[in-house]
Amino acid sequence: MFLINCPFCGEREQSEFKAGGEAHIVRPKQPTELSDDEWAEYLFIRKNIKGVQFERWNHVHGCRKWFNMIRDTSNDQIKAVYKMGEKPPVK
Amino acid sequence: MKNKYSIFSLIKNAFSYHENWEKAWKDPEPKKEYDAVIVGGGGHGLATAYYLAKKHNMKNIAVVEKGWIGGGNTGRNTTIIRSNYLWDASAGLYDHALKIWEGLSQELNYNVMFSQRGVMNLAHNLQDVRDLKRRTHANRLNGIDAVYLNTEEVKKFCPIINTSQDIRYPVLGGTLQKRAGTARHDAVAWGYARGADEMGVDIIQNCEVKGIKRNGDTVEGIETTKGFIKTKKIGVVAAGHSSVIANMAGLKLPLESKPLQALVSEPVKPIIDTVVMSNAVHAYVSQSDKGELVIGAGTDDYVSYSQKGSHDIVEGTLNAILELYPIFSRMRMLRQWGGIVDICPDASPIISKTSIKGLYFNCGWGTGGFKATPGSGDLFAHTIANDEPHKLNAAFNINRFVSGDLVDEHGAAAVAH
Repeated sequence: MFLINCPFCGEREQSEFKAGGEAHIVRPKQPTELSDDEWAEYLFIRKNIKGVQFERWNHVHGCRKWFNMIRDTSNDQIKAVYKMGEKPPVK
Repeated sequence: MKNKYSIFSLIKNAFSYHENWEKAWKDPEPKKEYDAVIVGGGGHGLATAYYLAKKHNMKNIAVVEKGWIGGGNTGRNTTIIRSNYLWDASAGLYDHALKIWEGLSQELNYNVMFSQRGVMNLAHNLQDVRDLKRRTHANRLNGIDAVYLNTEEVKKFCPIINTSQDIRYPVLGGTLQKRAGTARHDAVAWGYARGADEMGVDIIQNCEVKGIKRNGDTVEGIETTKGFIKTKKIGVVAAGHSSVIANMAGLKLPLESKPLQALVSEPVKPIIDTVVMSNAVHAYVSQSDKGELVIGAGTDDYVSYSQKGSHDIVEGTLNAILELYPIFSRMRMLRQWGGIVDICPDASPIISKTSIKGLYFNCGWGTGGFKATPGSGDLFAHTIANDEPHKLNAAFNINRFVSGDLVDEHGAAAVAH
């Protein structure tokens, strides 16, 4: 368990949040022109990084807003949170 | 040739105070080159090596393990074995494993304590009832034993379950697979290790893979903490770390690694002589031979390699356990732990060749890999030795995520993944 600093509500327990998976996966602009391989890449393939990873989270039991998070998956330490549409504060 | 374990060897060794048992496996340094290297010394990896040596006569092989054998998810699961999966492909895969379990102790000359005490899955709402009945029919069409039980029959089979219709999620029925049960998880790893070692397989512990060397689309070997090992075939069975290994070869997998938790209570006298699983409230319980209640909780929804899960997951599971088994209300929990499970989008495993020649992956077992250990090893060995899948694991190829031919066991199997 860890604390998450919701960009809208401030620090809350992780149990108030829902993880939404890898962030910055761009929806295909021309879905009809995608090959099967590209669909597989978009739908199923995930980086699943051991280390620093970019993620989406939703404060489901709070403001219900989505935001992004940079987190080290090897020790669950959060490096940064930032709003949807914003550029990641660290690389 | 290793000495056979028997009542006589037990008596003989008692005279020397059990101080002269021969080593069950050697502790070799890696050779320069092997015909095949298995990455991951858990149950699945050791079983793969065992069947490669036994059925495919590949004796010049090694298993490399970054920690100690059986120290990962093999030693962390809740040891439940069953094969009552919905789809034909899954039923074939898991029942293949169950059939091997039935003779495994004799085959390995190692008591894996396989106990066919039955696994019961509970229904808590009308949709559960429909799903479980459907699955029962599907199982029977595939030759897998399954019966549907009404609430009274559930109570009769496991009297400590609270079948009051006044609880939040009342028990409306359940299914029972009598051939299902549990086994001793460590013994499975140790038994396969001993069997593989006897046939000449090198089991190399404390040897972490740091890189995979490729020449174009062909593998050449692995970089490890004990140096470079040349090989033409690499079978990766790294569970939660599969994506990490795949990354070393420039391969991407459809996996997410998440913490799955379990816990055991203090030991008590025999109280529950079966395994009871509940999909809707996500709680399952059995009792170990030592008397501890073995309780399985769910996964967290975020990716983590920390082998720690959230407290609220455990709390939710224990809430459900207490409502279903009020008799456990004063039990104290002894240990709680997490393991990192690699979950596929369709909650079915991958036992497959890859786009890189000589690189094979056995992964994606998610929350339920232990039950498949012998079958997984057997089929993966077949795939590696022949460079072709066996018909039982053909459906579990990695290309199904491109073709769309998924084996969707999400929630369709007996427990939510």
